[in-house]
Amino acid sequence: MSETTSQDLRTRPGRGPMGHAEIDESITTRTETSGLQAIIRTQPFWVLMAIIVIGLVMSFVSDVFLTERNFFNTTRNFAFFGIMALGMSAVICTAGIDLSVGSLMGLAGIVTGLVMQAGYGIVPGFLACMGVAALVGLINGVLIAYLRMAPFVVTLGMLAMARSVSMVISNNKMIYDFGPDTDLYLWLGGESVLGVPNPVWVLIVLTAVFWWVWRYSTWGRWVIAIGGNAKAARLSGIPVERIIVSVYVLSAMMAGLAAFLLVGWFGSVTNALGEGYELNVIAASVIGGANLMGGVVYALGAPIGAALMELIRNSLLLAGIDALWQQFFVGLFLIIAVLLEQIRNRGRSE
Amino acid sequence: MSLLELDGITKSFGAIHALQGVSLSVAPGEAVGLMGDNGAGKSTLMKIIAGNFPPTSGQIRIEGRQVQFHKPIDARQSGIEIVYQDLALCDNLTAAANVFLGRELKKSFGPIRYLDYKAMYKRAAELFAELKSETRPRDLVKQMSGGQRQAVAIARTRLSDPKLVLMDEPTAAISVRQVAEVLNLIQRLKDTGHAVILVSHRMPDVFDVCDRVAVLRRGTKVADKRIDQTTPEEVTGLITGAIASA
Repeated sequence: MSETTSQDLRTRPGRGPMGHAEIDESITTRTETSGLQAIIRTQPFWVLMAIIVIGLVMSFVSDVFLTERNFFNTTRNFAFFGIMALGMSAVICTAGIDLSVGSLMGLAGIVTGLVMQAGYGIVPGFLACMGVAALVGLINGVLIAYLRMAPFVVTLGMLAMARSVSMVISNNKMIYDFGPDTDLYLWLGGESVLGVPNPVWVLIVLTAVFWWVWRYSTWGRWVIAIGGNAKAARLSGIPVERIIVSVYVLSAMMAGLAAFLLVGWFGSVTNALGEGYELNVIAASVIGGANLMGGVVYALGAPIGAALMELIRNSLLLAGIDALWQQFFVGLFLIIAVLLEQIRNRGRSE
Repeated sequence: MSLLELDGITKSFGAIHALQGVSLSVAPGEAVGLMGDNGAGKSTLMKIIAGNFPPTSGQIRIEGRQVQFHKPIDARQSGIEIVYQDLALCDNLTAAANVFLGRELKKSFGPIRYLDYKAMYKRAAELFAELKSETRPRDLVKQMSGGQRQAVAIARTRLSDPKLVLMDEPTAAISVRQVAEVLNLIQRLKDTGHAVILVSHRMPDVFDVCDRVAVLRRGTKVADKRIDQTTPEEVTGLITGAIASA
């Protein structure tokens, strides 16, 4: 809250009552906070601070940490999660959840592999990958928006079904032959431009696009409104069902895109691709400031949340701590992040 | 000619008959108070006018033309704006964002259309200034007082130039000073030729701004009188059933 409330305005001691015009003027020109204050109040900002602190500590602990090679690997590793977290954040903003993204990666990856293995080239491979992802997202969205089923249940079911379908169509075999465009595909997923890994470029561009979408597009505004009060959104004439479907399609397509790039990097795909990733993606989104109650979303939160998780993994590795501890620390940060957010919110609303 | 005419509206929910043949007409620039005890059918009638659900039978006419509302948006397109009792605001958005929700102002850059924050803040500030409300367009609704929230809900009805504004208990949860402001607003709506239906439990509000009062009891209209031809005592009697009809 700002320090001067409207109450103080009317009865400022010693100055006499303000005129109406003066009040009007004061009301219409004042803003709640400056831009900087608003940024400091967001969760991504504090997570970014944590990243910088951990980075500083690590630069003393390990000589390897600040090397270009380590930076290259770390950023590429979290790019895939960051891309998916961008889509997941949109779903979480509507107070939904998408548990199917990990399995969907497996399905989309296998479909890409099968299409390219059959000699169709990279463009049909990409289109098939995104098409199957969009279809899965559409099924999720329609069941959730129009049949009013719980997002948790629908996407949990899809988690099982998508994995199963990927096993069936891959015949449980690994695919490592991507037809005539193999070289191009491996370059796309595994190489870099101007020293930045290609998946990281994709993450950077998408983050910029999402930043714009959340701030300047009607669609973004409506998604946030639905998360805040779906009933009010409906009464305002917003097509709530259609928007919710679009959010699940988006999340699925982000998972499809991540799968496409990841397979290009690995150079092979099995139907186990993306197993358990849904939990990491949800964790990255929540650490990045997405609120499971809905109505809150930050474009920068997705890459920052994903970056923190990868940083923890990388730091433990370089500090010589058993890698088995990794999940413990990711979980710990997740809980701390949500706890801090709650404490800050409590301070604000009362 | 009447702006809004309800003719023999009935509404049944299974065996429950919420409305039994209610007729009501509202002229341009007229404010009609709709009163009744809990369960008298006020909300049901409101919801039918607002397009939340259709009547079981009966007709709705706007400016003599018969209409059928399936969704709230249909009512809005026919020039009916509603201020809901729970205000239907998104707490996580700013006051200006709520005012323009679903009707955002946009600017174009080539084929790309984007939200015009500046214009929306400016217009919202003008609307709040008209209401003499201490509401700042950039504030989040979750940080606002009841009166400020009311101002946001009322300001959004002013965006389009509605023919009829339907208000559900607009003065129920706000300060005395804000009540006077809301009543002033209703007066201003009337002066500019807008019709108002005011659903309220507060007798003084109805007698202050309304031209007519209609009383519902157990799903039927038991009175429809000019304010200057009735008294608060009579209306109270009609509401409770002490007076059968008038």
